[in-house]
Amino acid sequence: MAAPTKDTEVGVPPAAAGRFAAFTRRMPSSTLGKHALTLLVAFVVVVLVLELTGPFRNSQFATMAYYGIAAAGLTVLTGVNGQISLGHGALMAVGAYTTGLMLAAEIPLLVTMLGAMAVTAAVGAVVGVAAARLHGPYLAGATLALAVGLPGLAIYFDHWLGGEQGMRIPSPQMPAWFSDAIYFLSATEASSAKYLAYIGWVTLLVVLFLLANLMAGRTGRVWRAVRDDEVAAELAGIPLGKVRVLAFVVSAACAGIAGAVLGIVVRLAAPSGFTIVLSLGLLTAVVVGGLGSLVGALLGSALLVFLPPFVTNVGTDIGLDNTQAAQLAPFVYGAVLVLVMLLAPSGAVGVLKKLLKKLWIGRSTRRTG
Amino acid sequence: MSDTQPAPSVFGVADVSVRFGGLVALDAVSFAVGHGKVHGVIGPNGAGKTTLFNVCCGFVRPDAGTVLRHGRPVSPRPDELAGMGIARTLQGVGLFRGLSVVENVMVGADRHRKAGFGSTLLALPRSDRDERALRERAMAALAELGADGYAARLPGSLPYPVQKRVALARALASEPDLLLLDEPASGLGHDEMTELGALIRSLTARMSVVLVEHHMDLVMSVCDKITVLDFGKVVADGTPDEVRDDPAVIDAYLGEEATHA
Ligand SMILES: Nc1ncnc2c1ncn2[C@@H]1O[C@H](COP(=O)(O)OP(=O)(O)O)[C@@H](O)[C@H]1O
Ligand SMILES: [Mg+2]
Repeated sequence: MAAPTKDTEVGVPPAAAGRFAAFTRRMPSSTLGKHALTLLVAFVVVVLVLELTGPFRNSQFATMAYYGIAAAGLTVLTGVNGQISLGHGALMAVGAYTTGLMLAAEIPLLVTMLGAMAVTAAVGAVVGVAAARLHGPYLAGATLALAVGLPGLAIYFDHWLGGEQGMRIPSPQMPAWFSDAIYFLSATEASSAKYLAYIGWVTLLVVLFLLANLMAGRTGRVWRAVRDDEVAAELAGIPLGKVRVLAFVVSAACAGIAGAVLGIVVRLAAPSGFTIVLSLGLLTAVVVGGLGSLVGALLGSALLVFLPPFVTNVGTDIGLDNTQAAQLAPFVYGAVLVLVMLLAPSGAVGVLKKLLKKLWIGRSTRRTG
Repeated sequence: MSDTQPAPSVFGVADVSVRFGGLVALDAVSFAVGHGKVHGVIGPNGAGKTTLFNVCCGFVRPDAGTVLRHGRPVSPRPDELAGMGIARTLQGVGLFRGLSVVENVMVGADRHRKAGFGSTLLALPRSDRDERALRERAMAALAELGADGYAARLPGSLPYPVQKRVALARALASEPDLLLLDEPASGLGHDEMTELGALIRSLTARMSVVLVEHHMDLVMSVCDKITVLDFGKVVADGTPDEVRDDPAVIDAYLGEEATHA
């Protein structure tokens, strides 16, 4: 139709673009290469952080790992595919209880985690089929019912699932090679907190790697297309139902793995651990971090773990007693959520991206100008 | 009069009726598109044009009548059309606002994908190869419409006429042999409309086109045959010249234009 109009609005000045091109030329060109390299770098960082911090921080990082896995799965469902879920806490419960039952039967840890993933994915498929027909508030309501109802099963089947008190989950034995490797690395004794933190973070990194692959490829594009305009997606030959159910299954699989990690870290699966508060916390983490971004999910879960104790400390420092200080945390958390939604709707990741872009341009213009 | 066998139509509907409650939106409507032809559907507002398209695409099930593909009755679901070689653009633009222009068009090309979920999950080379192939298809479709310079942009940041070109590129990227266009000229200026007309004519080498349109000039200059609807009924059917002089058409459609003027 009209004569080709070239894009004149270039976001980055030529010098920076050139430097960026030179940088990307040195990166692997395949998706696998790029993501594997990122995975490797991230693993090195994780090892450094876990070796440089003590058992208390290690156990906080283990907690962050299972929140991160669940939040990453939720951001795929809600941010990328546009389906809200208030029931992910319940899906984590499925993973945790499955883990408890399988470990009690002395099934190896890796098989147990895969089993927890498979069982939760199957539950997710059932929920997903129902969810694919529901929209907005109806979907929120249905998944809310899941969050409220499912933990009740543990009380109903209290003979197997331990009822209100919950089910003890045997702690996995630390293998000899692990303590050897840790001694070799940092000449320290490997604590069980450290072992659990490593399990959590290696799992988290693998999950992020796989989700990043999906999001960079055809699957992610089609998820986003269905989110943005279902009629247009349908006319492009995309089966809406299948695509939505797939997103739910992938997301539930993540929640199941997260539940498995939670189970072995907390060593207990109890209904009180999987209330609606957990589901809402995950949703908050995903929104604060930046909806639809895996890095955002990670930032959000860091906030979920590190903000409350930080606020409590500040509270006691300024002279509040312990209960008052503890009450401060949820308040500050809510305030952060409201502020992010008002000031930075694209979440922490959106703010970071803007900052990085400014820095990048700033540096290169100073060089050339 | 004519003793030659008519060529089987690529696509058409036969005796389609649709009722919405008491309202008869379509009343025994038939039309047929020949191979490589442009077929226009015109009529005043509320005549039933969009409803007719929705029947063709499976969004509305007709109360009576059939949709015919190569002479055979079909009742496809909307997501099966692309696989049958049928593409449709929407009234307005209907682009995915969170996807870049090239990604939008890659979704249009999606029926040509080869890699499955597993190879995407593991980022196997097969998946990368498939993505490159889809991207090349998309870029070719964008280049044909002169929109390849916008590949990396988000649709919301582009002028409306460019968005309409991207939407058309998305439909073409599936490489259909039948293209359904719902008001492709709305919101376009005079020159852009002339270019659109030329483009539609050039497409007939590869596909047949059904065109729902308001702009009489475009319809008259581009279509081989025209079906005129009024209150859900076909009031005229023929070549642009036949239709132009039909008293019923002047009554139904041109009369309305005159009252609008
Ligand atoms: N989903 C629907 N429910 C009820 N009435 C409808 C529906 N869709 C269209 N109509 C009615 O059917 C008639 C034809 O509408 P439409 O096909 O949109 O006309 P056009 O596209 O020619 O302007 C109009 O009177 C319209 O109000
Ligand atoms: Mg219409």
